[in-house]
Amino acid sequence: MTPEFFTISMLNGVSYGLLLFMLSSGLTLIFSMMGVLNFAHTSFYMLGAYFAYTFSGIIGFWPALFLCPVLVGVLGALFERYSLRRVHKYGHVPELLVTFGLSYLILEVVQLVWGRGTVPYALPSALQGPLFTLYGTQFPKSRSFVMLVALLMLVAVWLLLTRTRIGLVIQAALKNPEMVEALGHNVPRVFMLVFGGGCALAGLAGVIGGNTYVTEPAMAASVGSIIFVVVVVGGMGSLAGAFVASLLIGVVQTFAVALDWSLAGLFTSMGHQVNESTFGWPVLRLTLSQVAPILPYLFLVLILIFRPKGLLGTRGD
Amino acid sequence: MSSIAIHQPAALAVQQSAHALELRDLRKSFGKTEIIRGANLAVNAGERVAIIGPNGAGKSTLFNLISGRFEPSSGEVLLHGQRIDGKKPFEINRMGLSRSFQITNIFPKLSVFENLRCSVLWSLGYRYSFWRFLSNLHDANERANELMEMIGLHRKRDTLAVNLTYAEQRALEIGITIGGGASVILLDEPTAGMSNSETAHFIQLIKKVTEGKTLLTVEHDMGVVFGLADKIAVVVYGEVIAYDTPEAVRANARVQEAYLGSSVADQQAGAH
Amino acid sequence: MSSIAKTSMNSSAADKARSQGHYRFKPLNIGRILVWGLFALALVVAPLIFTSSLALTMLSQIGYLIIICLSYNILLGQGGMLSFGHAVYTGLGSFLAIHAMNKAAAGEMAIPLVLIPVVGGLAGMFFAALFGYVTTKKSGTTFAMITMGLGELVASMALMFPEFFGGEGGITTDRVYSKFFGLDFGSGLQVYYLIAVYCFVCTAAMFAFTGTPLGRMLNAVRDNPERVEFVGYNTQRVRYFAFIIAGFFAGIGGGLTAINFEIITAMDSVSVVRSGGYLLFTFLGGATFFFGPIIGAVLLVLASVLLSELTKAWLLYLGLVFLLMVMYAPGGVASLIMMNLRVAKFGHFKRLLMPYLGILAAGIVTVIGAASLIEMIYHMQLNAALGPKVPFMGTELDTSAAATWTVAIVVFVVGLGLLEGVRRLTARRWGRIQEAIEESIKKGEG
Repeated sequence: MTPEFFTISMLNGVSYGLLLFMLSSGLTLIFSMMGVLNFAHTSFYMLGAYFAYTFSGIIGFWPALFLCPVLVGVLGALFERYSLRRVHKYGHVPELLVTFGLSYLILEVVQLVWGRGTVPYALPSALQGPLFTLYGTQFPKSRSFVMLVALLMLVAVWLLLTRTRIGLVIQAALKNPEMVEALGHNVPRVFMLVFGGGCALAGLAGVIGGNTYVTEPAMAASVGSIIFVVVVVGGMGSLAGAFVASLLIGVVQTFAVALDWSLAGLFTSMGHQVNESTFGWPVLRLTLSQVAPILPYLFLVLILIFRPKGLLGTRGD
Repeated sequence: MSSIAIHQPAALAVQQSAHALELRDLRKSFGKTEIIRGANLAVNAGERVAIIGPNGAGKSTLFNLISGRFEPSSGEVLLHGQRIDGKKPFEINRMGLSRSFQITNIFPKLSVFENLRCSVLWSLGYRYSFWRFLSNLHDANERANELMEMIGLHRKRDTLAVNLTYAEQRALEIGITIGGGASVILLDEPTAGMSNSETAHFIQLIKKVTEGKTLLTVEHDMGVVFGLADKIAVVVYGEVIAYDTPEAVRANARVQEAYLGSSVADQQAGAH
Repeated sequence: MSSIAKTSMNSSAADKARSQGHYRFKPLNIGRILVWGLFALALVVAPLIFTSSLALTMLSQIGYLIIICLSYNILLGQGGMLSFGHAVYTGLGSFLAIHAMNKAAAGEMAIPLVLIPVVGGLAGMFFAALFGYVTTKKSGTTFAMITMGLGELVASMALMFPEFFGGEGGITTDRVYSKFFGLDFGSGLQVYYLIAVYCFVCTAAMFAFTGTPLGRMLNAVRDNPERVEFVGYNTQRVRYFAFIIAGFFAGIGGGLTAINFEIITAMDSVSVVRSGGYLLFTFLGGATFFFGPIIGAVLLVLASVLLSELTKAWLLYLGLVFLLMVMYAPGGVASLIMMNLRVAKFGHFKRLLMPYLGILAAGIVTVIGAASLIEMIYHMQLNAALGPKVPFMGTELDTSAAATWTVAIVVFVVGLGLLEGVRRLTARRWGRIQEAIEESIKKGEG
């Protein structure tokens, strides 16, 4: 564990965590407002990446950065208006199911249009290369850009919710939609805006995440389950909780993937020899890097046992 | 009325001398706001108590605290001398207290008969069994049929609860509440939303089904209160400011002040 | 004090019940015997009617998928619990079963093949008890996400423990290691009948469960979890026990899977994708009726075996059908059948024949248009090297000709328009029929 490794991993972990937060914040907003868990949230993330891939080729990355999230947001709003709204009266389970069906559909359409393999969605020249070099290791511009966009987005959403009129209406509808409707606001339209807005945020994450990481059909599913873990660990409906949980999981996973520590190694360093014949060898010999993929889910189980409300949970079931 | 014998364990017979339900300095805060601010009450077995008070006084909150839906911030609730504060709703129910809800809380996709049968299963000891068939549980089916007749829904036996009229659902609500044979019954605004004739009929129903039990009911309709209750408890700002016979409560200065305002109460006192 | 003694009640009440005619069983029992008899008959006779080896494979798969989908519906339809991780229990059941088979073949354990599914069931039950405790602490949406997280956990663990999960290649076995009254279960037909016996017994057991106190309280928990607490039941306990029972039957299904395929891989068997498949088809078949998942299991096999051969776009079609089902028929195919049976019972079905034919016709037009577009796009995407022509319903579509595209789009749009028109007409007529039925019921009660 050198200082260089620690710093670079920390930066990587924070940037990944902030990307996770961009995704989980949109999900949390939609859930808080409408009680709907948008199973297709990361599918919109994927759409954002693929749209950006196509549009970068036509109009360039920077215009695409502004256009693609809007496109994704519009699609989300249309889905809310013509599909989700219909199902609202049947309850929360059908709402979840309809977004589940949508995720299937988006996956297939993406594979239909862009194929099943990875697409070469490349970084624009302005974002290629290192931002700075620390202890001989480079920290890429692209990841810093992800952090920058995530923080800007956070501030923008916070300002929107607390300083604008529409933001106040949204906050009120969060607590008591019927009252807000009785006061004359078009609550269904507010819902549509929030859903579209949440999807646009996911799309934005896709635009910047798709070329920083990878753009392929599996990207929705692979980050999808982690996002749900983030939301449960942070506490359903809590933005602050989602923030904390995103950073925590992002940092821990980034560190874990690079470390070869194992319980066997720990025992050996303490003077006890362990080998294949020791009891529990299959577990002892596992390195942290091998265990890394399940760490978020382990967190989930631990949180549920010791603190079922989540780290900063507010809204009950 | 019932062909089922009710056996009382010895321990309970000893506690007969204790009050059926007792509240001792009960307090509940939501955030910084204290809704129940030291409520005290002692109800004897077999009494019918009406709980009245201005809106927002905390009557439903009291019921929620007693039945375990909320946990008290401090203070004690005793059922037949045993502490029940902090216990879960199902624990309290198993100890002999059952409640109904102001907003009808039934099982919508089950039939009337099934609704009632569900309410008796635990008290008859069937617990989580999956090796017996419901159709063979003669005592449960008998009891459910009895309840159905009592609440007058025997013609709607197989109707889904969601398809009943409002008054029928309220009747079913009461049926579910008394099904398990609890000795202390809490009814939260049982006649809410009913017409006059429905209300009168419902009062008779309540009297019939709660014979021999301790009854607490939150009510706004004074006709119901004076027709049904032995005692009235007046709740104002989270405290029980009076607990007495209807006539005594009517004449109580503090109660008058709460309902009518202090100047009018003084006038009334002055006029005597 | 709330317990009511059952002392001398039983005999006197039984007499009373008999005299009052509360024994309403006679006519119902015959109907029930008939239905179960037909089910058993269908199971026995099916491979004699559909004799090809493909058909036999499909029938075997249907057999154990019926068990799995019914077990899933204990959670979804009966308990209102949406699980995205059911494959964990079928998969772990499969793995333990396959290991047991290998150990039995090596002589380390004496378990005849016919009891292997029970091993799977016990495994499923064990893991459901283990994971279910944490899982059932929450309900609703959170429960769904926990099941998904646990599903991913188990699936990710697969690579960490290759001795148990067999790594990428999975675990293989040979089911012909013992004899059972002269049967060695080497032939597909023998395996089918083994599956069929388990299918019948498990279906009967799960049906019986719906008529038990736990089964009924599970329904109550689905309908109103809060109220259940106020009639003396611990809601979480009810859910937990139901979860364990569902896990047991899931494990039996998993064990039969292991016997059928003689190979189990972690990538496939415990994945969230597979759980999603169980969810999709149980819902499609109909979660609100007991027999719905049976239909779902049949659809699952038909889709994954036949439809996938017919077109590369089958998952897309599936997603669309599922989406439309959730929006327009959330009770699934079973509910559609029952609703129309109800209409027929009241004698109004004739009025629906024309609208239904209209929907069928408009639907066919729309599907032809959409399918031709989808197939052309898929062809360009996947098989471009084979040239521009796509085989489609007996003719060929030329993806390079603009005319083909225009015609396809026009057909699709026209079909959509017709479909929407007929749908509105049908909805109006359906509404009027429902009103008429309500009237008849009211008159009957009065």
